[in-house]
Amino acid sequence: MAEHETTGEDVREAHLVTAAATTVDAADVVVDGLPPDLPDAVGDGSLAAAVTGEPATAERPRSRRRDLMPSWSPKLVVGLVITTVIVLFAIIVPFFTLDPNSTDYDGLLKPGEQGHLLGTSAIGNDIWAQLAHGARGSLLIGVTVGVIALALSVVFGIFAGYLGGWADETLSLITNIMLVIPALPLTIVLAAYSSSRSMWLVAGVLGLTAWTGSAIVLRTQARSLRARDYVLAARVAGEKSGRVIAVEILPNLLPLVAAQFLFGVIFAILGEAGLSYLGLGPTDAVTWGTMLYQAQQGSALTLGAWWWFVPPGLLIALLGCGLSLVNFAIDEIINPKLRNVPKATRRVRKARKHEKHAAATTEEAGA
Amino acid sequence: MTDTDQRARRTGSLEVKDLVKDFRVRSGMRSSKFRAVDHVSFTLEPGKTVALVGESGSGKSTVARMIAKLEKPTSGEILLDGEPSAARGVALMRYRNDVQMVFQDPFASLNPFHTVGHHLERPIKIHHRASGRDAVEAEIERLLERVNLNPPREMADRRPHELSGGQRQRVASARALAPGARFLIADEPVSMLDVSIRLGLLNMFARLQREENLGVLYITHDLATARHFSDEILVMYRGQVVERGPSDRVILDPQHAYTKTLLAAAPNPENHGKLREEVRAELARENA
Repeated sequence: MAEHETTGEDVREAHLVTAAATTVDAADVVVDGLPPDLPDAVGDGSLAAAVTGEPATAERPRSRRRDLMPSWSPKLVVGLVITTVIVLFAIIVPFFTLDPNSTDYDGLLKPGEQGHLLGTSAIGNDIWAQLAHGARGSLLIGVTVGVIALALSVVFGIFAGYLGGWADETLSLITNIMLVIPALPLTIVLAAYSSSRSMWLVAGVLGLTAWTGSAIVLRTQARSLRARDYVLAARVAGEKSGRVIAVEILPNLLPLVAAQFLFGVIFAILGEAGLSYLGLGPTDAVTWGTMLYQAQQGSALTLGAWWWFVPPGLLIALLGCGLSLVNFAIDEIINPKLRNVPKATRRVRKARKHEKHAAATTEEAGA
Repeated sequence: MTDTDQRARRTGSLEVKDLVKDFRVRSGMRSSKFRAVDHVSFTLEPGKTVALVGESGSGKSTVARMIAKLEKPTSGEILLDGEPSAARGVALMRYRNDVQMVFQDPFASLNPFHTVGHHLERPIKIHHRASGRDAVEAEIERLLERVNLNPPREMADRRPHELSGGQRQRVASARALAPGARFLIADEPVSMLDVSIRLGLLNMFARLQREENLGVLYITHDLATARHFSDEILVMYRGQVVERGPSDRVILDPQHAYTKTLLAAAPNPENHGKLREEVRAELARENA
């Protein structure tokens, strides 16, 4: 558990002590290291006062919605900073750059020459302008694909898992067929089908192949949630299927869905770069992928024009890294056991060091 | 409450007739049938409690789930006021209006994401018990007061993880009462709770039953509370009802061999400490 949470609970327990001290023996209420629910259960039984609204804490403890937010870990902070900086770069910088498609400048200028911050390409594009507009293109494709994949995986995954029976069989069949079709050849075929490809076409093609994995994960999760008592209770209360999915099941899948969305965005940006590199990227927009394609076509590597291919490559890697870090932080909500892993490794390392140190001192003493 | 509603509260019945449930058990390619419930029949009447006792896996919970329409019977009927109950649509909604269920595990039966208020607000709205925000809120408070969760306004804003097991089960009972149910299926409602609060909760159920003239199906494996709280006891064993009768008769004069075994398995105060002494004696023998 992250450190700030522990302190939060301490504060809460302190409240419990003061509030409950008058009615229940404090020892019953605060048991060190136990989740707050357990002490309550003891308190409930020990006195009739328990029935009448004990514990009467003045301040409301941590809510479930807070539990759903990732805790502030270095992972999350670094990931968020990288992602935010790149997103802001994509939103703001294109307004202040030269025209990325203009070829009026001298070719292969080094960074800084003639006022070109990152130099120019062989045919005279301003790299800084291309990088900024390319960020916009790549992110737009990424988010679009993320949304398409999310919608499809929710429909095919959660609906299949919750409804069961024939609906499940049909939806799962489609998912499985899509899963075994090799995605890259399919995207190549679809993308090669039309000679002029808009950005949205490329996004659509990537979106159609990106959702199957998450659909399967969501389906199994929905199947397990479907049998939970609270879902059954909602059905007994008379809730309709659609509402059960939207109100009872979906909120509990939020971290998972968010992780799947980020994964979809990463997949799309990498996929778009791959397609573009093969010459199958969008023909109407600049993206990091098309930049790499042109750099390869213009044999930037043999010319030693590193400023042409390093910036887009680096930004793709950085964005992938940033989003993955955020994803890992979200993973820790889905699987709280992961939270303790770094702490545990640190502890083992410390213990080893300590042991070695102790051994060394005893040896010295012996000598 | 309308007049017809009042009359139904006095005279209606929930009748289970020849209920059978088969589950398909798959092992590899072969699939075999497993009969979880085997021709079970009984009648719930307003103001009466029927206890269904038996070991785990005897089919008690499957009966409950079929009555709650969470599971479809393989054959047999569930009759509400003498009429066959529906499996879908508006008729099912009317059925749910009258028949509600309290689940075994209060830690699982409330959605951790939602407040107590949400859990009660939904059935009130679905079954049109109140309309308008103020009326719904007043109804929520009334329900929470009835299950002794005070102060109700504050409780409504809480989330399940802020409540104890007993408090959660009270919320679950309030939810079951919210649609204005006449029949309540209580599937081991106290088995997950601390022993010390079980009686309090059972007494609350008994009070609610008196106040609303509820017909209760009390499912349990605890013979003592079954005898104490119910008018009739049905003993289930491997899907079949092996013995039934007035509760005192079943407990004091068991006929079926399984009922006798079940009774013998319950701890007897007279044997207090006997086992401990046996173990000690055995240890002493070994040491000697």
